[in-house]
Amino acid sequence: MGDLNLLPVVAIAVPLLASVLILLVGRYENIREGVTITAAVAMLGAVLAMLPSVLSGTRITVSLLPMVPGGDFALRVDAFGMVFALTAAVLWLLNSFYAIGYMRAQREHAQTRFYFCFAVAIAAAVGIAFSENLLTLFIFYEILTIITYPLVVHIETPEAMKAGRKYLAYLLIGGVFLLAALVLTYVLTGTTTFVPGGFLAGSGSAIVLQVLFLLFMVGFVKAAWMPLHGWLPAAMIAPTPVSAFLHAVAVVTAGVFGIVRIAGWVYGMDLMASLGLGTLLALIASFTIITASLFALTEDNLKLRLAYSTVSQLSYILLGVSMLSVAGMTGAMVHIPIHAFLKITLFFVAGAIIVSTGKEYISEMKGIGRNMPVTALMFAAAAIGICGLPPLSGIISKIYLAVGAVEGGMPVLLLVLIASAVLNAAYFFPVIYTMMLERPDDEASLVTVSEPPLIMLIPIILTVAISILIFFYPAMPFMDLIDIAIAEITGSVIP
Amino acid sequence: MTLIDHLPVFLIAIPILASLLILVAGWWDRRFCYPISLVTILSQFGAAVIILMQVMREGTVRYYLGGWAPPLGIELAIDSFNGFILATILLLSVATVIYARKSVEHEIGPEKTIAFYVLFQLLVTGLVGMTITGDIFNLYVFLEISSIAAYALIASARKPRSYLASFNYLILGSIAGGFILIGTGNLYAATGALNMLDIARLLPASFELATVHAGFLFLVIGYSIKAAFFPLHIWLPDAYAESPSAVTILISTVMSKVSVYALFRIIFTIFTTAYIVDVFPVTGFILFIATVAMIAGAVIAIAQSDLKRMLAYSSISQIGYIMFALGVANQIALEGGILHILGHAVMKGCLFMVAGLIIYRVGTSRLSDLGGIAKVMPISCAAFALAGASMIGIPPTIGFMSKYYLVLGALEAGHWVYAAILLLGSLLAVGYIWRFIEIAYFRDGHDEGSGARTLEAPASMLAPMVALALLCLLLGIFVEGLMEIVGPAASLLLGGA
Amino acid sequence: MIGSFYELFFARYNYWMAIILMLIGLYALIAKQNLVKKLIGLNIFQTAIFLFYISLGEVRGGTAPIYLPEGVDALYVNPLPHVLILTAIVVGVSVTAVGLSLIVRIHEEYGVIDEADLLQELRRR
Repeated sequence: MGDLNLLPVVAIAVPLLASVLILLVGRYENIREGVTITAAVAMLGAVLAMLPSVLSGTRITVSLLPMVPGGDFALRVDAFGMVFALTAAVLWLLNSFYAIGYMRAQREHAQTRFYFCFAVAIAAAVGIAFSENLLTLFIFYEILTIITYPLVVHIETPEAMKAGRKYLAYLLIGGVFLLAALVLTYVLTGTTTFVPGGFLAGSGSAIVLQVLFLLFMVGFVKAAWMPLHGWLPAAMIAPTPVSAFLHAVAVVTAGVFGIVRIAGWVYGMDLMASLGLGTLLALIASFTIITASLFALTEDNLKLRLAYSTVSQLSYILLGVSMLSVAGMTGAMVHIPIHAFLKITLFFVAGAIIVSTGKEYISEMKGIGRNMPVTALMFAAAAIGICGLPPLSGIISKIYLAVGAVEGGMPVLLLVLIASAVLNAAYFFPVIYTMMLERPDDEASLVTVSEPPLIMLIPIILTVAISILIFFYPAMPFMDLIDIAIAEITGSVIP
Repeated sequence: MTLIDHLPVFLIAIPILASLLILVAGWWDRRFCYPISLVTILSQFGAAVIILMQVMREGTVRYYLGGWAPPLGIELAIDSFNGFILATILLLSVATVIYARKSVEHEIGPEKTIAFYVLFQLLVTGLVGMTITGDIFNLYVFLEISSIAAYALIASARKPRSYLASFNYLILGSIAGGFILIGTGNLYAATGALNMLDIARLLPASFELATVHAGFLFLVIGYSIKAAFFPLHIWLPDAYAESPSAVTILISTVMSKVSVYALFRIIFTIFTTAYIVDVFPVTGFILFIATVAMIAGAVIAIAQSDLKRMLAYSSISQIGYIMFALGVANQIALEGGILHILGHAVMKGCLFMVAGLIIYRVGTSRLSDLGGIAKVMPISCAAFALAGASMIGIPPTIGFMSKYYLVLGALEAGHWVYAAILLLGSLLAVGYIWRFIEIAYFRDGHDEGSGARTLEAPASMLAPMVALALLCLLLGIFVEGLMEIVGPAASLLLGGA
Repeated sequence: MIGSFYELFFARYNYWMAIILMLIGLYALIAKQNLVKKLIGLNIFQTAIFLFYISLGEVRGGTAPIYLPEGVDALYVNPLPHVLILTAIVVGVSVTAVGLSLIVRIHEEYGVIDEADLLQELRRR
C-alpha cells in the first residue's frame, strides 16, 4: 500500500516533532510529559504497523533525498532493522514512564533539555535501525553522539564535564573512522547501500578489505569493545534513565547493530571467512567478554558493575557474529533484544535504589531487599536471566551461541562462554545476596526505605515480564524476524 | 537591450550611486541611511539571483561595459562559478545589513553611522565587482576599492586597538596589492592582453617564460595575503577581533572568500590546469600548506581566550580547507571547496553574529566572562550549537557535506594521507567549538535575572542569526540542489564546458 | 661576455631600477619603526611598480600618447599602461590618505608613532 511507505518516516518524524513540542511547552511539566508519552505510543504504533509486512517478507523502502555521491538519505525497513526498532520503541515507552518518575522523585533540574535530547536520541536510534545505506546510518549515528552529550553531562558537576569530554572524544573519533570507512567503501565499490549477503566481495585486495574492517570496527566504538570501551563507564555519571535506556539499549545496541549490519550486509559471511575476519572478531570479543567481567567483579558501584557487564554482554553479540555460522548469527541477533530487556531492568532497579535510598554502592545496599522486595526480586530475576538460566530469555541466546560455536568450527569459544557464565554468576549473585539476605549494618537507616513509586516500579515488572514472555514465545516476533534476516544474508529461501 | 540585460552593470552602478545617496540623505537625516542601504542590498541580491538563474539556463552571461567589446573594453562575465559566489556574497550582505542596524548603533555610535553605511555600501560594491569582472586589472581595482573601505571600517570601532589592527592590515594589504599589480603587469607584458579569457588564450604560447612564472608567483602570493592563507595570515586575527561586529561578519564571511575566488579564477581560468600540473607543478605544495593551515589554525584557535579571536583563527583553518580543494584539483574536491565557500560563509556568519550579540548584551567577548550565558541568551547559544555542529562536520549540515566531498576528492586522487589528516583535523574544531558550548551551557555565571520575558536581543539582530543557523542545516539537507550549480562550476574551472 | 653583461644590465636598466626601488620601499616598510616612515616606504614601493609598468609601455622613438595633428599614424608610446597606472596612482593616494589619518588617530590615542614605543604603550595599558 502507498501508506506503508510513510510509516518509516512517521516512526522517525514523530519523536523529532515531539522534541520540538517539548521545547515549546517546557514550562508546563505535565503537558511536556504528556508529549513524550504520546510520542512514544505513536512511534510504537507506527513500528508495529509495519511488523506484519516485514514478517511476511517484504522490505519497505523509502528514498527521501539524494544527498552526496555515496548514498542518498534513504530508509529501508527489513527484518533485522525491525528487531532493533521494535526493542527500542517498546523500551522507550517504558523508559519514559520510568524517567518521569525518576526525574520528579529526584527533583532534577533542566528536565526540558532532558526530554528534548531523549526524543531526538530515540529518533536517531530508530533512524539507524531503518537506514538503507551507510551514509544514512552515519548521519543518524553522529546525531546520536551529539544529542546524548547533554544527557551524559546532565548533572553539570566538574566530574560530569570531564566524563562528557571523554565520552565525546571517544565517540567523535570513532565517528571519523566510520566516515573514513564509509568513503573508502564508496571509492572501492561505488555504492554504500546494504545488500543482503554483502557487496564488497572482489572490490579490493585482501589487505585493503581487512583494513577497512578495522576502520569499521573503530568506527562502531559504540559497541564498547575493549580496549575502546572507556567511554561507557564514564557515561554512567548520567542520571539512571539515561544509563538504562541509552547505555544499555540505544547507543550501545546501535554500535553492535552496526557491526552485525557490516558483517551481514556489507561484507557477507563468506567474505569475512575468507579474510580471516571471523578469527579477529572472535579474539576481540573473547578478550572483551572475559576482561570486562573481571572488571565487573572489582566494582563496588552498582551502575559501574552493570556498565562492565554491558561491555561484556555486547561482545556476546560480536562473538556470535565471529562464528560465521547460522546459529552463531542467530544467537547474536537474538541477544540484542534479550540483553536489552534484561539489562534495562537491572539499571531500572539501580535507579530505583538511588531514588529510594540514595545509595550507589553495593556494599551499602545490605538488606534493602527486605523493604523493597519486589524491586529486589526483579533484580534477581534479570540477573539470573543474564547468567543464562530459565525461565528468563537469556538462555535462548546462550544456546544458539553454543551451537554456533560448534557449527562454525570454533569449539574453543565454548570455553569462553562457560567461563563467562561463571563470571556472570560471580559478579551478580553477591549483589543479590547483599540486597536480600545480608543484615544491614544500621537497621534504623532502612526505616525510610520502601518500594519506588509505582510509575517506576511498573516498567521494571513489565520488562521482566516481557523477558519471560520471550522465553516462552520466542518466535513472536523476534525469532521470526531473525529467521527472515538470516535467510536474507545466507541467500536461502525466506520461510 | 532590455533592462534584464543590463543587470550586471546595475550590480555595480547602483550601489555606488546608493553610497552617494546615503551620504547626502544621511546629512539631511541620519535615519535615512539604513533603509536606503537595505533596499539597495536587497535589490542587488534579487539581481544576483536572477542573473544566476539566467546563467544556469543559458550559460555564461557577458556584458561589455559601455558597449566596448574586449580587448578594447572591460567586460563583466558571470558564469556558474562566480554566479554562485555572487549569490553567496549578497546573501551574507543582506543578513549583515539587517543585523547591522542595532549593532552599529551600539558599537560605532551615532556620529559615524552615515560613514559606516557609505563605506559598507562601497565594500559590497568592491566585492561584487571583484566577483563579476572579466578583466584582470579591473579585478585589482575592485580589490582596492573593497580594501580601502575595509581599512576604514575596521578602524571605526570605538577601541584604540582597532586603529592598529587597521593599520597593520593596511600595510599588509597594500603590499599584497603591490604584488598583484606586478603580477598583472607581468601577464600584460607576456601577452599584451588584460581580458581574462584573452590572456588564457594567449598565455600557453609563453608558458615557459620566466615572466609568466614570476607573474604567477606574484599573483598567487598577493591574493594569498588577502585571503589570509597560512602563513600569510598575520593581519587577520587582529582585524577580525578588533573591528565592530557587523564589519567582522562581512569581512570574515565574504572578503577572504572573494580573494580565494580570485585565486581560483587566476589559477584555473587564466593559467589553466595545464600550467599548474605540467609546467609549474605547485598543487602538491599548495596541498601541503593548506593542510598545515587547517591544523595550525584550529590548534591556535583552541588556545584563545577571546571568542572573536578564536573564531578568527578558526577562519584561517577553514580557508585551509578551501585551498585544500585547490591543491587536490579534481572535480569532486573542487565541488567540495566551492561548496565550502558558501558553507563557511553561512556558518562563520552565524557564529560571528552570536559573538556580536554577546558583545551587545554583555559587553565583552572574553570566554572567561561568559560562563552560563546560555541561561540569558538561549536562542543565540542554540544557534551557536547548530552552526558549531556544522563546523565540526556533523551530518546532515552543510559543513559535513563540503568535508565529505573534500575527503572523497582526496581519496579519488590518491592522497590517502591528506584525506586522513583532513578527517582527523576536522575533529580539532570540536576543541574550540565545544569550549564555548561547555562554558555557555554548563558553567555558572550569568543567571536569569528578574525573569522578565524580554527578548535577549533586538529582533533585527536575532532574525538573521537564526536564519543563518537554520540555513546551515537546510543547505546541508538539500545539498543536491546546490550541487546543480556547484557541479558545473567545478567542471568549468577544470576546463569543461 | 661583454655582450651578455650589457644585455643583462644596461638593456634592461628600467627593470633594475624598478626592482631596486621596490626593495628600498619594502625595506623601509618592514624595517623602519616609525609609522610614517613605513607609509613612505609603501609609497616608494608602489611608485616602483608604477615605473615598472610605464617602462613596459615604452616604444622607442614614440611620443606621449596625446593625439597629434598627424593622426593615428604617428608613433605613440603604449597608452594602456599609462591609463592603468593613473588608476593605480589614485589607489595609492587613497591608501596613503587612509594610512595617514590612522596614524593621526593612533598618535592622538597613544601619543607615539614609533612601533617600539607603541608596543610599550600597549603593554602598559
